[in-house]
Amino acid sequence: MAANKKFNPVDVLSEIEAKFEMLQILNEKGEIVNKDMDPKLSDEELVELMTRMVWTRVLDERSTALNRQGRLGFYAPTAGQEASQIASHYALSKGDYVLPGYRDVPQLIWHGLPLTKAFLFSRGHYKGNQFPEGVNALSPQIIIGAQYVQNAGVALGLKKRGKENVAITYTGDGGTSQGDFYEGINFAGAYNAPAIFVIQNNNYAISTPRELQSKAATLAQKAVAAGIPGVLVDGMDPLAVYKATKDARDRAVEGDGPTLIETLCYRFGPHTMAGDDPTRYRTSDEDTDWEKKDPIVRFRTYLEGKKLWSKEEEDKVIEQAKEDVKAALKEADATDKQSVTELMDLMYDVKPSNLEEQYEYYKGKESK
Amino acid sequence: MAQMTMIQAITNAMATELKNDENVLVFGEDIGVNGGVFRATEGLQEEFGVDRVFDTPLAESGLVSLGLGLTLEDYRPVIEIQFFGFLFEAMDGIAGQIARHRVRSGASKSSPIVIRAPFGGGVNTPELHADSLEGLMAQTPGLRVVIPSNPVDAKGLLISAIRSNDPVIFLEHMKLYRSFREDVPEEDYEVEIGKASVKQEGTDITLIAYGAMVQEAMKAAEELGKEDVSVEVIDLRTVSPIDYDTLIESVKKTNRAVMIQEAQRQAGVAANVVSELSERAILHLEAPIKRVTAPDTVYPFTQAESVWLPNKDDIIERAKEVLDF
Repeated sequence: MAANKKFNPVDVLSEIEAKFEMLQILNEKGEIVNKDMDPKLSDEELVELMTRMVWTRVLDERSTALNRQGRLGFYAPTAGQEASQIASHYALSKGDYVLPGYRDVPQLIWHGLPLTKAFLFSRGHYKGNQFPEGVNALSPQIIIGAQYVQNAGVALGLKKRGKENVAITYTGDGGTSQGDFYEGINFAGAYNAPAIFVIQNNNYAISTPRELQSKAATLAQKAVAAGIPGVLVDGMDPLAVYKATKDARDRAVEGDGPTLIETLCYRFGPHTMAGDDPTRYRTSDEDTDWEKKDPIVRFRTYLEGKKLWSKEEEDKVIEQAKEDVKAALKEADATDKQSVTELMDLMYDVKPSNLEEQYEYYKGKESK
Repeated sequence: MAQMTMIQAITNAMATELKNDENVLVFGEDIGVNGGVFRATEGLQEEFGVDRVFDTPLAESGLVSLGLGLTLEDYRPVIEIQFFGFLFEAMDGIAGQIARHRVRSGASKSSPIVIRAPFGGGVNTPELHADSLEGLMAQTPGLRVVIPSNPVDAKGLLISAIRSNDPVIFLEHMKLYRSFREDVPEEDYEVEIGKASVKQEGTDITLIAYGAMVQEAMKAAEELGKEDVSVEVIDLRTVSPIDYDTLIESVKKTNRAVMIQEAQRQAGVAANVVSELSERAILHLEAPIKRVTAPDTVYPFTQAESVWLPNKDDIIERAKEVLDF
């Protein structure tokens, strides 16, 4: 008679955690190391994805510089996270919804948000958040994790309307500690809603290291508690991020519910441009190790090997990006300053009596 | 016309709008098969289906934010928070998100959301069920806050709230749910949000109240009437924004006022009402406006409830001080 094996919760946990292995398709040297999982993007698609990542890197460099010059306001640097951001977005369709955190402006831009508006958002102008018709997205969320629960609602709406679209949202490693994170994945799971939840685990929530956020060996495994699939991917590998997101999207559209994706990545710059100094909490060795994993470097090597990319090609994209930034900035400069009376007009569909009474005073104050 | 309790009028309003607009959704904890813990959604799931009237997992932040997400696909959520004492769990979802959604998007989006919740004391609930937290909502720009005191208003105000493209917090005093019935029109009708109602006209003093305190004010008015005091009673109905026009008109006539709320002195909306009336109508006042409120403690455990809650005797006492000033 077989011995009656006793349930051991410690073993169960170890077994579950061990199963969350990181998906990598393209390694640091630009080699395909997991042929079976290769999403097999066409040559044009590979070039487009590279173009978007390079363009976004230039935008980051320019935005950082413009912030230092005082020409932009709030800015959260994105360099290092291009694979996590751009390759996940590349797996979406136009009709899908994007619910970004404040570092996720690039996904909004590639979803159709004019760059001028991204700059206006940075400068604290409401017009930055007036999205054109057809850009299915919310403006960058400031409260960490709040977009996770909203994402469940958007996805439920899509399901109720019978649309073949998904809602995707992004947070960081710190965001997984919020109650809203868990409520979001749990609600989406309970309603089997077409949602994708991305955790860009760049190892630091401002300065707080990942291991202080949770004892969980991976953040992807938090999906298990909600009964939904969780995927751990190399967030510096565009092909792995694309593959994980595309599969999640396919499942969602097929009616198989939400997925949680953890992308292991690194932000090369500071948390935001508002005085954060990463040398207080990160070592230069750590920076160097992660710079070797740069998504653009490995993707460039891969594409050059396939004769799909060259320095000339890249220079063209860089020039284009710089021109786009210049033009968008010019347009942003030409935008009228917002007024308090406009704010009063925007607050409500029907202005309540208290605001009605306060209106004239500010109209007068503005005309002085 | 049909005789209805306030809770029946509320159910009737939701049924009316579920019928009128296919984008209206009703959801919350235990509101489906169970019909809500107070039965406010009784029969709605059966009539309108589980796609439009549905239960949520147990998380207040989650369920209000689910509502915000649903508005992106043009749904109009009517959300029940099981007890308004649970508001703290949903505070970011309401004040940080729903209230700001429209202005944040430069008015390119809106949040046509109603959040309904029972609240109020005198019914022996456990902790954090009875609290009057309307002041927190009334202090939040972007929201309207409605508190009906009777079945007819409850139906019309809730229909207006559901049709509003701005978010509305709709608070239902538990003690009023089944305390009395009255004739309620069966057809659909709106009661304008932001307009107070003069419950009784008078010339000597104005009693301003909302929610369950309207009944206490009416009782006080009746007793004062026996002593030949002519009392005007005003039901605010909406506590954000407050209908100052109606209040000022009344005070101009009576020159005296008492503001009554069930919330603590430091909470609710009474301080706001008194300061606005002082600023706008001081020359019409013959005495300071006094307040009848609960004391500045947390809502008490049930054994202290009856003393803690303001009642008609408190109102009569304050009214006499104001009359004798």
